[in-house]
Amino acid sequence: MAHSNSRRNFMATSVQSVGLAALGGMLWSGYTDSVKASPLVLRPPGALQEKDFLAACIKCGLCAEACVNRDTNVDKETGKQRPSTLQMAKGGDPLLIGTPFFIPTEVPCYMCEDIPCVPVCPSGALDMPSLLNEKEELDINKATMGLAVVHKESCIAFWGIQCDACYRACPLLDVAITLEYQKNERTGKHAFLLPVVQDHACTGCGLCEQACVTEEPAIFVLPNDIAKGKAGDHYVKGWDKKDQERVADAKGQETTTDRSSKDAGDYLNMEVEY
Amino acid sequence: MSLNRRDFLKNSAAVAAAGAVGIAVPQEAQAAAAKAESKWRWDKAACRFCGTGCGIMLATKNGRIVAVKGDPAAPVNRGLNCIKGYFNAKIMYGADRLKTPLLRMNDKGEFDKKGKFKAVSWERAFDEMEVHIKKALKHAGPEGVGIFASGQYTVMEGYAAQKMMKAGFRSNAIDPNARHCMASAVVGFYQTFGIDEPSGCYDDIELTDTIVSWGSNMAEMHPILWSRVTDRKLSNPDRVKVVNISTYRHRTSDLADIEIIFSPNTDLTLWNYIAREIVMRDDAEKIIDWDFVKEHMVFAAGPVNIGFGMRREGEKSLKDGKYSKLEMETVSKEMKTIVSEKEAPALAPYGYKAGDEMKHTAGTLKHWEISFEDYKKSLEPYTLEYTAKTTKGDPNEDIEVYKKKLQALANLYIQKGRKVVSFWTMGMNQHTRGTWVNTLAYNVHFMLNKQAKPGSGAFSLTGQPSACGTAREVGTFCHRLPADMMVKNPKHRKIAEKGWGIPNGTLNPVGNQHIMKIHRDIEDGVIKFAWVNVCNPYQDSAAASHWIKAAREMDNFIVTSDGYPGISAKVSDLVLPSAMIYEKWGAYGNAERRTQHWRQQVLPVGDAMSDTWQWVELSKRFTVGDLWGEYTLRNKKKLPNVIKDAKKLGYTKDTTMYDILFANKKAKSYKIDMKKFPQKGYDNSECLGDSRNVKGSDGKVFKGYGFMIHEYLFEEYASFGRGHAHDLAPFETYHKVRGLKWPVVDGKETQWRFNVKYDPYAAKAAKEGGTKDFAFYGGLAKALAQGDLKGIKDKNKKSLKNKAKIYARPYMDPPEMPDEKYDTWLCTGRVLEHWHSGTMTMRVPELFRAVPEALCYMHPGDAKKKGFKQGGLIWVDSRRGKVKARVETRGRNRVPQGLVFVPWFDEKVFINKVCLDATCPMSKQTDFKKCAVKLYKA
Repeated sequence: MAHSNSRRNFMATSVQSVGLAALGGMLWSGYTDSVKASPLVLRPPGALQEKDFLAACIKCGLCAEACVNRDTNVDKETGKQRPSTLQMAKGGDPLLIGTPFFIPTEVPCYMCEDIPCVPVCPSGALDMPSLLNEKEELDINKATMGLAVVHKESCIAFWGIQCDACYRACPLLDVAITLEYQKNERTGKHAFLLPVVQDHACTGCGLCEQACVTEEPAIFVLPNDIAKGKAGDHYVKGWDKKDQERVADAKGQETTTDRSSKDAGDYLNMEVEY
Repeated sequence: MSLNRRDFLKNSAAVAAAGAVGIAVPQEAQAAAAKAESKWRWDKAACRFCGTGCGIMLATKNGRIVAVKGDPAAPVNRGLNCIKGYFNAKIMYGADRLKTPLLRMNDKGEFDKKGKFKAVSWERAFDEMEVHIKKALKHAGPEGVGIFASGQYTVMEGYAAQKMMKAGFRSNAIDPNARHCMASAVVGFYQTFGIDEPSGCYDDIELTDTIVSWGSNMAEMHPILWSRVTDRKLSNPDRVKVVNISTYRHRTSDLADIEIIFSPNTDLTLWNYIAREIVMRDDAEKIIDWDFVKEHMVFAAGPVNIGFGMRREGEKSLKDGKYSKLEMETVSKEMKTIVSEKEAPALAPYGYKAGDEMKHTAGTLKHWEISFEDYKKSLEPYTLEYTAKTTKGDPNEDIEVYKKKLQALANLYIQKGRKVVSFWTMGMNQHTRGTWVNTLAYNVHFMLNKQAKPGSGAFSLTGQPSACGTAREVGTFCHRLPADMMVKNPKHRKIAEKGWGIPNGTLNPVGNQHIMKIHRDIEDGVIKFAWVNVCNPYQDSAAASHWIKAAREMDNFIVTSDGYPGISAKVSDLVLPSAMIYEKWGAYGNAERRTQHWRQQVLPVGDAMSDTWQWVELSKRFTVGDLWGEYTLRNKKKLPNVIKDAKKLGYTKDTTMYDILFANKKAKSYKIDMKKFPQKGYDNSECLGDSRNVKGSDGKVFKGYGFMIHEYLFEEYASFGRGHAHDLAPFETYHKVRGLKWPVVDGKETQWRFNVKYDPYAAKAAKEGGTKDFAFYGGLAKALAQGDLKGIKDKNKKSLKNKAKIYARPYMDPPEMPDEKYDTWLCTGRVLEHWHSGTMTMRVPELFRAVPEALCYMHPGDAKKKGFKQGGLIWVDSRRGKVKARVETRGRNRVPQGLVFVPWFDEKVFINKVCLDATCPMSKQTDFKKCAVKLYKA
């Protein structure tokens, strides 16, 4: 089944590529709307929002080249370059062909401090200014490639097993993943050491997902808009002075439901049998 | 009735847990669990890995282990594990398990050190071993045969090896990798208590108010114990305090209330500072429990110019030029040092000042009694100023902040009514003054009367799963015999000889070939046969290049028995496939003196056989005539010819060691009985052979010894300790319970030794000796001459029966410290995901993926200064060798500037090439935590 699906995908995307070449760049933006890009794709650091990213990326491959050729990517034994984090989507990948992405369980992002993949991007699809800190220096910790999510039922730390491999693998140890301690009432003398992702700090690099020791990772990176919800702008946490910043965009807006959709007069004048 | 997965798991867990706690489980639920698991056989065992000693259960199906669960009935872990134990079911099934013996041969099928490994039969393997052992004995007598023994041997394996080595070959050149792990703790116990192993147990964690971790990353190295410490902290977060004292920040700091980062080696100073606070403030605050100290303690001191355990002038390999000029810069310190500004204040009470030349003699265990006044004098230098100045390890930390931490630490110990447990592992043991620093821990606890009682005590944590149970208790050390007996004590030798049915005078009284000496003796050409059992000495020993060169290039024969091929196998001449832990009956003893047994769960893979079998088969090749003639040892002492005496015992010249040591009458009285518990339903390859029909050492199919050799070996070993404060329960009992803490007297285990309320031996000794509350009944070195800090003044020995000792021990510099050329400290250690040299855990895909390589943990400021990139490759280079490693500035270990940390599990980052083989001169334990390196881009 999987085999025929990928074949189907391949044929579909190949046809798409042929079609694209035929139709030319003019139809590019229309085309990007309709391609079935997987919503679960993780892009390089600094990538614009997926919609804008797809419009801006010219698929030159310079980012992936910079990634594989970076001088810290040398195999200790052979002296050759190790596999790259960033891959370019091929026909058959459920992604727009030629765009860069990464899969943490294959090769995670190693959070290079000099972010070699971003300054080389000619089109601004990887937005360097978004990765500068207050001192105008490149800061990989500002990347928002995705958000790590812990599935409690498959995370053995939640069983009480002493794991936390993700916590120790995280380049923002104690900042992006912290440990929460809880008593293990079943044994009465042990504690749970539970990994908790701090979403304001997590960059989505996937080192945690790569390190996770379960058969399918119990911690995995999802794109931000898939992983996150939104509480709403109308309520502020009274006990948290800084929470008001979260709702800076709050507006007072008029709302409509089924019950309020009719004009007041129409409602009042409507004949109804009670 | 059909069960879905969720119900099955719920049922099994409920039944297992309920059974453990003694709750009656409804028949239906029990039957349901039984049915679900009807094709699985569950049996209890101990975890393969660390000294915590978690209990597990293994599920076997169709001759393979398919699953593991933490044993809910095990008191240590109550069903939990860490992620190494979590994979116990997978460790035996790596694709490259050793399955047949392998011998280096030339094209003609002859042994050739330069040849490639080819498969050979067990018969051929033993033929070669016999030839080379005889050659080695001819060349240098019993001192020419060396065994790298292990703290991961089962009790049976260790006892079999010890018997054949000491009684058979009359050789004391058998020493375990526990020498690298616990020797300083052991000698610390002997010097202080006169007997080995901790006075407390893990129950102290649930009872204490304070947990101080000294040079021990408990969070990663004893995870289940750390889980218990964490729970204790959560139970009373305000009262319970956790302190982490280390040379760099690691995960144990996460829970700590106080984190003290100290400069390498200065733990000596920190302990002395606390002791000074106690002593100097005593008049005003009445801190010392003088009743306790007067009744149970004496003060003692020893020489300070004891060297650093390195090669001494005149040793053959030094004369032969095997050590480079660079190496000699450090090695020469073994003979003499110049007292530094840093150590001068600490050494002043001993008569030294800065600039003095200190001539070092080789370390001994000599010590003598001193007065309290002298002890007090030895503490004077350790003021807050001196301590803070010399111990502060983070150059970026404000010294006033640091001073406050030191005061807080001392006050936690001192606070009246506050229970304190001090834990330590390799930081204090792998130390050129490791024995000293171990005794300093007891000093503090003794003066406060916070030792050997519930919730209070200095507790040496053991690293390996059976460094206690096998190496220490069985005595697979060069100087030991079972149950704390010593080879140099003629009374002990007689007891062992009687127990082993061998003539008086068989045993060799000279036992000085510890692991580093075995390596050095191979390098000096003295040892020509060496056998590696259950360890990886060519990866785990410092200055590794020396030992590898000696093994590969000199005229010798190195054998490695292991489950997987590692560096030791690679540099050997013969490799033997060993059965792994659950492929044999076995027993381990953990850090809290808990002995745990298990049965054989599955057959070994290929033609692998257990180390017990290998030793017993080897014993068939040697006769009384081969081994029991006269020998002259290196020190000119003679081992007498005992063949005539052997004849009096009914042996002939041709009687084999097998008949005397392993298949004797006593052994055969332990019958095979497959109808009774515990043998019923379980394989027993050594005793019955098995369906693999392995062709054994005689070329014929091995059909088993025909008697229960495991029980025999255990019971004979146990007989030495019963009645001598080392009591073990009967073999069968251990198959019913989740381990018992020895001494087991009248079926009851002992939680707190030396405490009259909890230890029947202490109660007896106290009654006889007229003391109250405590009796430190260990017998070693319990009569001392008198003197002062500078030496002995009165040679007459006074008895210290039932007493323990408080030692004056100064701070001293290690032999190699950072300087202009090699400007950075190198510290080595471990990570949670990998065990030791990684031969097992690096073969578990999930653990390998989690941590695929050893990194060089470095401060980002140092990386920037030296121009290194996060993730970039650098050379870590010392006077002895260099390795390439990847820089990590953001990892689990956050080191201070001026220090790097590299774990040693990765054979591709062979850090022991870089490390220095200096040891504590008393314990002979290598200091893997301190040497000097320079770092540059690769």
